[in-house]
Amino acid sequence: MITIRGLRKAYGDHAVLDGLDLDVAQGEVVALLGPNGAGKTTTVRILSTLLAPDEGTVTVAGHDVVRDPARVRAAISLTGQFAAVDSLLTGEENLHLMARLAHLSRAERRNRPAALLELFDLTDAARRPVKTYSGGMRRRLDLAVSLLSRPQVLVLDEPTTGLDPRSRNALWAVIEDAVAAGTTVLLTTQYLEEADRLADRVAVVDHGRVIASGTADELKRQVGAAQVELTTPTGVERVETDGSVPDVRRILADVERRGLVVERWQVRTPTLDDVFLTLTGQPVSQPAPQTTPTQPTLQETR
Amino acid sequence: MTTLDLTPRVDASPRGRAGDTVALVGRCLRRSTRQLDTLLLAVMLPVMLLLMFVYVFGGALDAGMDYVDFVVPGIILLTAGYGAATTAVDVATDVEGGLMDRFRSMPIRATGVVTGHVVASMARNAVSTALVIGVGLLIGFDAHASALEWLGAIGLIALYVAAMTWIAVAIGIVASGPEAASGFSFAILFIPYVSSAFVPVDTMPSVLSAIAAWNPVTPVADTLRALLLGTSVDGSTVAAALAWCVGLLVVARVASGLLFRRRR
Repeated sequence: MITIRGLRKAYGDHAVLDGLDLDVAQGEVVALLGPNGAGKTTTVRILSTLLAPDEGTVTVAGHDVVRDPARVRAAISLTGQFAAVDSLLTGEENLHLMARLAHLSRAERRNRPAALLELFDLTDAARRPVKTYSGGMRRRLDLAVSLLSRPQVLVLDEPTTGLDPRSRNALWAVIEDAVAAGTTVLLTTQYLEEADRLADRVAVVDHGRVIASGTADELKRQVGAAQVELTTPTGVERVETDGSVPDVRRILADVERRGLVVERWQVRTPTLDDVFLTLTGQPVSQPAPQTTPTQPTLQETR
Repeated sequence: MTTLDLTPRVDASPRGRAGDTVALVGRCLRRSTRQLDTLLLAVMLPVMLLLMFVYVFGGALDAGMDYVDFVVPGIILLTAGYGAATTAVDVATDVEGGLMDRFRSMPIRATGVVTGHVVASMARNAVSTALVIGVGLLIGFDAHASALEWLGAIGLIALYVAAMTWIAVAIGIVASGPEAASGFSFAILFIPYVSSAFVPVDTMPSVLSAIAAWNPVTPVADTLRALLLGTSVDGSTVAAALAWCVGLLVVARVASGLLFRRRR
């Protein structure tokens, strides 16, 4: 559904995209994961016909973004980093306007706005100007607008940045529904949890290229096995494990035999954060305060 | 829970429709009614300027005629410029908020979004211009225009507003944000001062009077004044007024269309 080959874009001497390749199959969810400035948003903007590439080809739903931008636009919906809604109009008016611009049928223009408002829990706020909405509500309305047109490809640029956990979960649930109905999704994110939860495949982007790609589990395996992490009064001890019950039981039995005092323990599988650290030497999102890879940056217990 | 169809639509047309522009005009008109403070300012400011020019400065100025007669056409153009300039802020707000990107990523008419802003600007200006003329007539503006001259005057004002608005649209698209765009609206507010809008050009120091003679506002103001007062004016002045307005309109319109679809 999306094919990107050798994509390059530079501003002056600064190469933002440096030969990026990516394939997204129909109905697949692919997450572009990377730190700020890795080239995620630039990729999204080229894909959405907002920006012209310097080199390389991008096709969406079989149409070239440079030669046939209008057909690409008819196939996609873009949710950018800022909630692209009109603050002076009400939520309902925003959806009605966009329904007309999406050239929906008369029946769909009538039904879909109300259905989407309900789906995103905005029915009570439907008649209020958007400028009175919270950030989370604006974001939900923004995604509702994107789903109005029943796009073949949903492009989401950091869809849940700055959202509270409840709104984030609600957005994820709706995106999953759209995927179940056959929508292809390309999303960018700095949240490992988000990539892990939504994406069939994660493409790790750094300095304008995809440096690793695979399922979240495949990427985690590249980093290493799961570990039993034992917190003792003198420090943290880690023992590799395959995560199975007999193996963990064996390790814990060994601990008892050695008479080790353990304050608490957990089985820790590598997170995508670890993946990113291993691949780039930098954690995601934070501009690299030196966290060592042995200290978990995400408290994730499996 | 209402059932919601999320099945991808594969037959969406890539072509924009005339209805796009209609919907976007509706949007901008609605926006105008939601910004009552801005609307009020756009309407009140010209009236206050008119009263100030007539009653504060007017007594000291010798324009060779009743100053109120001289200045009303100038205030009309000032109003038009100011009203148009607020469009730059509206457009820049769309750009900054990401709404412009959403529109640009949709299969709609390229000109629809900006046309919406332009039509709303024309509508707002019609209100404020009517008010300026109305107040002008109340305080003694001695209009002697025939029906045909009124029509001509209204047409010229509309053309001037359209040109200024399209320029404002182009500025709004390239501006770095609403604040920068609002700076432009002040700049455009000052252009009429160095023209024949408020004082006769030949009363200015030579450098300024040379600038004023070339200021597009000068032939427009002279033509408008002649039309409203029913006096005569050179054909070349009328031609210059029309040429400036149409020329600026065409250039700014083409530029706005290109800027809207530019991929930078």
